[in-house]
Amino acid sequence: MSDEKKDGFEPTIVGYLCNWCTYAAADVAGSSRLQYPHNIRAIRVMCSGSVDPLYILRALFSGADAVLVSGCRPGDCHYVSGNYKERRRMIVLKTILDTLGLESDRVWLRWVGASEVPKFAATMNEITEEVKKLGPNPIGSAWSV
Amino acid sequence: MAKTVGFSAKGGSVTGAMRQFLKQLLEKKLVAAVLVPLELPSKENVVQSLVTQAEVLDAADPLAPVLPVTTANIISKITRLASSQKKVAVVARSCELRALIELIKLKQASLDNIILIGVDCFGTYSVVDYKQFGKGTQAPGDQFMKGIKAGKADPRLREACQICEYPYPLVADITVGLIGSDFDKELLLLANTPAGEQVVGSLGLPEAKAEGRQAAIDRLVAERVKRRDEVFEQTLAETKGLERLTSVFAPCIGCHNCRDMCPVCYCRECVFDSQTFAFEADKYLDWASKKGALRVPTDTLLFHLTRLNHMGTSCVGCGLCQQACPNDVPVFRIFRLVASRVQPLFSYVPGRSVDEPLPLTTFKEAEFQKVGFE
Repeated sequence: MSDEKKDGFEPTIVGYLCNWCTYAAADVAGSSRLQYPHNIRAIRVMCSGSVDPLYILRALFSGADAVLVSGCRPGDCHYVSGNYKERRRMIVLKTILDTLGLESDRVWLRWVGASEVPKFAATMNEITEEVKKLGPNPIGSAWSV
Repeated sequence: MAKTVGFSAKGGSVTGAMRQFLKQLLEKKLVAAVLVPLELPSKENVVQSLVTQAEVLDAADPLAPVLPVTTANIISKITRLASSQKKVAVVARSCELRALIELIKLKQASLDNIILIGVDCFGTYSVVDYKQFGKGTQAPGDQFMKGIKAGKADPRLREACQICEYPYPLVADITVGLIGSDFDKELLLLANTPAGEQVVGSLGLPEAKAEGRQAAIDRLVAERVKRRDEVFEQTLAETKGLERLTSVFAPCIGCHNCRDMCPVCYCRECVFDSQTFAFEADKYLDWASKKGALRVPTDTLLFHLTRLNHMGTSCVGCGLCQQACPNDVPVFRIFRLVASRVQPLFSYVPGRSVDEPLPLTTFKEAEFQKVGFE
């Protein structure tokens, strides 16, 4: 990869991408040969609103360095209000992690529409860069949790 | 305004007055049954019971300071399939009523033909402490209330009760007002709803005034909030950060008692008991080889964090999770602390109203608008 970090740390980022928007954007980004970091492991979900906090925590506990949930812009949800409900869940999850002193900045929520292909690539770049700064996720390597 | 009547407490026994009041509900056929804690003959515990015969209420002791199980779950069990056409009076504490309201919103219970009688609560002991306390006394409820009247701090009160800001019922047809009242002379009955007024009106009791009640509630709540904030500080110091959390949860054996006793954790099959958490040996070996070792039982911290996400918005702080923990993991403290941060996000007070939707089932378009765009 062109933007390989000096220390060589390549984070694993699990992305729960909504079928109707961000996943489509990722698809088009691929077929139009738009470069974005390979760190993202895309998992297609039918709606950002279907992502229970358990899935996010499970990924973090299993070694992911960050988790992204990406859905349709507010107002654009294919199922009317899934993304609004996910927004509340994410706020709750982040508040819990902050309260307990766990790293909430490893959890990301983004809205990327199906047509926003360059935005998808830019978002992936941004997240990868930020997570590289954070370093490896300590929960992922702790045997005792 | 609420209609308030006084029920005279003969011989200075507040428990006696409660019994007389409940008996009249049955004798005047205002209800078909009363759900209320009954003293066991040994006085070592109370058991919530559905009473249909008035004389059995001679054993009723709703003021005995113990909460073996929550009435919220009992009402859920009784009403989930179908409510009765007959009226049932339910005597419960504030945390039980609040949990019940949450269960109703989760469609796990119904208030149809239920008359809620909420009793002001000064706190409860653990079941183990109560056994010691109750054994040596003839009338545990009266005994406890005497101590309250004397104003002595009671270290036997469960921590959940010591830091509870809702000693008075938030939702009830009738409130039994004890805080700030001369309960050894007169039992105050405050009717808060038309159904409550109908019942209270049928008793033919003289009007009374709940003078000084609000001021006394404010004083009690202020004390408890002070204590609560101290507990929060201490909890933060002891649990914050991955390293501390790991050791705090180290004694967790994954028995899930906390979940089973939680009044609002309602799923018939918890995801942690489901096939989602059934893995083949190679999966375990895979995890173990990634981390060098794998702690078993697995997923104890994940379990608690997930429960915080699922139930944190509805936690009423009853502390039954703590009472159920065999190894003294401070589950209650952590839940209460997290709930105090999560619930204000949505200005939500669990159990405050049946009409307020559960925060995670609803949304507002114009909230957290920066989220997702940062």
